[in-house]
Amino acid sequence: MSRSILHRLPAGLKLTALAAAGSAVIWVSDWRVMVDLLLLVALAFPVARLGRGALVQQLRPLLPMLVVLFLAQGLMASWTEAALVIARIATLVLMAGLVTLTTRTEDLIATVERLLTPLAPLGVNPGKVSLAFSLALRFLPVIAEEAERVHEAQSARGLGNSPLALALPLIVRVLKSAEDIADAIEARSGHDDPDCPQEKPQRRARFNPLAALKTVKE
Amino acid sequence: MSTSLSTRDIVYIALFAALTAALALFPPITIPLVGVPITAQSMGPMLAGAILGAKRGALSMVLLLALVAIGLPILAGGRGGLGVFAGPTVGFLLGWIPAAWVVGLLHELGWRKLTVIGSFTHAMIGGIIVLYAIGVPVLAVHASLPLKTALFGSAAFIPGDLIKAALTGVIAMAVKRAHPIIEVRQSQPA
Amino acid sequence: MIRSSVGHMFPRLHGAAGSVSVPSLPAAPGIEIAEVSHRFGDTEVLRNVSVTLTERRIAIVGANGSGKSTFSRLLNGLLVPERGRVTVDGHDTANAAKAVRRKVGFVFQNPDNQIVFPTVAEDVAFGLKGQKLSADERAERVEEILARYGLEHLRDRPAHKLSGGQKQLLALAGVLITRPDYVVFDEPTTLLDLRNARMVGQVINTLAQTAIVVTHDLPLIEAFDRVLVFDQGRIIADDVPSKALSEYVRRMQ
Repeated sequence: MSRSILHRLPAGLKLTALAAAGSAVIWVSDWRVMVDLLLLVALAFPVARLGRGALVQQLRPLLPMLVVLFLAQGLMASWTEAALVIARIATLVLMAGLVTLTTRTEDLIATVERLLTPLAPLGVNPGKVSLAFSLALRFLPVIAEEAERVHEAQSARGLGNSPLALALPLIVRVLKSAEDIADAIEARSGHDDPDCPQEKPQRRARFNPLAALKTVKE
Repeated sequence: MSTSLSTRDIVYIALFAALTAALALFPPITIPLVGVPITAQSMGPMLAGAILGAKRGALSMVLLLALVAIGLPILAGGRGGLGVFAGPTVGFLLGWIPAAWVVGLLHELGWRKLTVIGSFTHAMIGGIIVLYAIGVPVLAVHASLPLKTALFGSAAFIPGDLIKAALTGVIAMAVKRAHPIIEVRQSQPA
Repeated sequence: MIRSSVGHMFPRLHGAAGSVSVPSLPAAPGIEIAEVSHRFGDTEVLRNVSVTLTERRIAIVGANGSGKSTFSRLLNGLLVPERGRVTVDGHDTANAAKAVRRKVGFVFQNPDNQIVFPTVAEDVAFGLKGQKLSADERAERVEEILARYGLEHLRDRPAHKLSGGQKQLLALAGVLITRPDYVVFDEPTTLLDLRNARMVGQVINTLAQTAIVVTHDLPLIEAFDRVLVFDQGRIIADDVPSKALSEYVRRMQ
């Protein structure tokens, strides 16, 4: 994909602009203005060198709902109100889609981390947030494959589409691997982990029934 | 995420976000009478709360929605990106966070005497009542609908949600027996 | 291959009369396990184990549930013993977790659970996060380790797309990038096919570091310096491979 001017804008700026535009759109009360704005946003897609397919893809999942809303609004309120609501939703969705499609995932993660940095005194640890993001991205395909394997195994046993037969083994496997993953992270992080000293006594206390009772409620 | 979270907590949060994303891959089931397709994914917040507890459950939903926001197509139907949050059903998405929190809190409070019925009730209170209490008004305001109409339109999903709450009850009890997380944090290495 | 000339014909009991040396501070290099017992719930998994590890290639064998896996987790402070003490070059794992983890790397059985970042290069770099290194040094270390294990061309590949052998190499690279003095392996070849198991075995045997390997893979450890055999939470044999393994095989029958 070629990089347009929209691609090159900093992620933080795009997110701020999106938030501002999203709030502004709520105040538009004339359906004709709203439709003009919608067309304007739609025009930004070719500017961002995104094809018509990308635009349609953003709206298609919403289509059934937009139709229902349009009819409901039109019949209950007025057709101009219906047009306003539909155009507003489509505009919001397209604007947001535009930002997503022109910004790399890594840049968005980095922006999220930067936005969280000032919150550090409140107990938000950007390092942990970034670890959580990375872990989720790493294990998403692993769990999806696991789900596929469980599905095959259950089908072979004639359990077919039983959601219980699928979800339960998947969850138990995920929980089991969580232990190993946490151990591996701890073993590999040779740095000052604020949890290291705290966690040790807690682990020893595991065998103490009184302490175990206390951990029921965090 | 606060500093009081251990590495283990972070892993659980991340894995449940990933697990909820993976639930989107399960084929939707259509219940005959109502005719509304139900997707396994919206069981995610109930499961996260019931298995991880309030704090970690809610944070796993925060992470999931953050992953959606940065553009991963991990919602049922392959949806993702900021556009998802601009739609009128956004309340039913953001509501996953308080839903998981309430489901988790109720499970923590009733942990020692937990039964399938109890877990089902907790999942129903958090995963249906709390979720709809947020989703329905947001839908009404966003789409300029009367509250009653918004509620009526959403009600078709309730039977499916009840099934998910029941499944959550069964799963939560099985996990409590096999691999409890809320109470005990560490298991014996093999 | 370097082989230790120190004899291992008798069990090393810490503090027992006649043992080779009782380390005094500053401690002699090595990992010392002193009178360690550990339980999980009601199960006693380690019963008063004392042993000092100084050889370059040490294997730990035993049946499932013999305590060997728990033992391996004591060596880098993943687990702190309920009773007794574990020290690495004089650092107690109970209160010097940071120093111990710098010194002792740990390679887990299932590399899938050890690779925690989405791409190969990101994952390898994880161990360096807390170290005060410049961006250049960091990149250099990553490149060096990727090259050493033939992973350069996979740098930006998603980790889940790698083969089993490649994943095990990545897991190892992710541990070695922090330059530990000891590397503990927990059944490194169990999940691999024969070809990859041999490849990993070769990597272990040519490591510059001290390797402590928990395994069922007897050919892997044939040339090791020392083998500890675990049974029901105790070390029942501690010898050169030929003798320790024949004892192990005899007990297994």
